[in-house]
Amino acid sequence: MGKLFSKENQEVFSNPLNLNNPVVVQVLGICSALAVTSQLKPAIVMGLSVTVITAFSNLIISLLRKTIPNRIRIIVQLVVVAALVTIVSMILKAYVYDVSVMLSVYVGLIITNCILMGRLEAFAMQNGPWESFLDEIGNGIGYAIILVVVGFVRELLGAGSILGFKVLPQAVYDAGYMNNGMMTMPAMALILLGCVIWAHRAYNDEKK
Amino acid sequence: MEHFFSLFVRSIFVDNMIFSFFLGMCSYLAVSKTVKTAMGLGIAVTFVLLITVPVDYLLQTQVLDENGAFNQAVLGGQDLTFLAFILFIAVIAGIVQLVEMVVERFSPSLYASLGIFLPLIAVNCAIMGASLFMQQRILMDPATETKAIGCIGDTFAYALGSGIGWLLAIVGLAAIREKMAYTNVPKPLQGLGITFITVGLMAMAFMCLSGLDL
Repeated sequence: MGKLFSKENQEVFSNPLNLNNPVVVQVLGICSALAVTSQLKPAIVMGLSVTVITAFSNLIISLLRKTIPNRIRIIVQLVVVAALVTIVSMILKAYVYDVSVMLSVYVGLIITNCILMGRLEAFAMQNGPWESFLDEIGNGIGYAIILVVVGFVRELLGAGSILGFKVLPQAVYDAGYMNNGMMTMPAMALILLGCVIWAHRAYNDEKK
Repeated sequence: MEHFFSLFVRSIFVDNMIFSFFLGMCSYLAVSKTVKTAMGLGIAVTFVLLITVPVDYLLQTQVLDENGAFNQAVLGGQDLTFLAFILFIAVIAGIVQLVEMVVERFSPSLYASLGIFLPLIAVNCAIMGASLFMQQRILMDPATETKAIGCIGDTFAYALGSGIGWLLAIVGLAAIREKMAYTNVPKPLQGLGITFITVGLMAMAFMCLSGLDL
């Protein structure tokens, strides 16, 4: 057990959460990070799905890495990912149908999510199964954190609710407050993510 | 013919791949540093879209759908739509490989300038996204919905429009970023941060077109 949770492995897991975050530092997986965050619930479901898919695809590719011929590796990777995405998409349709309608094509687009290909190429092809699994769990959670932050702000300011529950009391609206419809628009997602990157960099530069 | 044209205009401006669906963001942000490479990538994406969307349309309607002609004749009418993801991505990866070989053979200079981004088109969300949107739009009624895709001709209009919309967006951003190199941006915001905010402002400008009734 000691070896499984050694210091290097802990770093492999914790680096993507902050210092090497897939969204704000590596700039991977932006498409879905922006498109599904107009409410918190789809953002959480998307974050979870990506974490599960990346973790298992990395594990499988890492197990197969010595047998895959180099020339056709991208197609092999894509097929493994596509199979996992098909399974997740079926599970979402069966258990959380309303969210899967909200996510529409973006579930299918997890296949082309750059986090997957980026990490498969950069990490799983060179490292053992356990390290790859940890690395991807870390990356998936790092991605989910950004999704949740952006989704939280957008739903709070755009609809005055969190996870569908009204959190702003009616008195606030009576006093003249209005929901900012702009927040639910695609454009604001980009600007918010820009601000998240700004805050993240300013904070980490200061620490150095 | 009218439907064909409005679908084309609509997919450039109203359903712009970047500004309303955020598709193909990774390469959009990575390759938009100079106008010239942005143009090359935009053309490559348009070209790949023009081949993959019609091919995926034929696969979806003829092979995967249980009422498709090929499916009826060979498989006896089985619902294979669950294979859509795997089949679409295989088509895209195959065609990108083909385009890469053709470009390498006939235009080595373009091949050298596109470099790594040519194979990466395979994982460009805009390509896969266009196929998945096409799959959704087959079910719509062309008489009431301009978004509907009813025949193979419509898929060409849709693919060309989406590609040109993507090209416009990336060339526009590249031009802005070339100018922005001379401006004084706060340090933590430099690079990626300000690029996101710029894209956000461009998306806001494009939102004016979303009311366009075609």
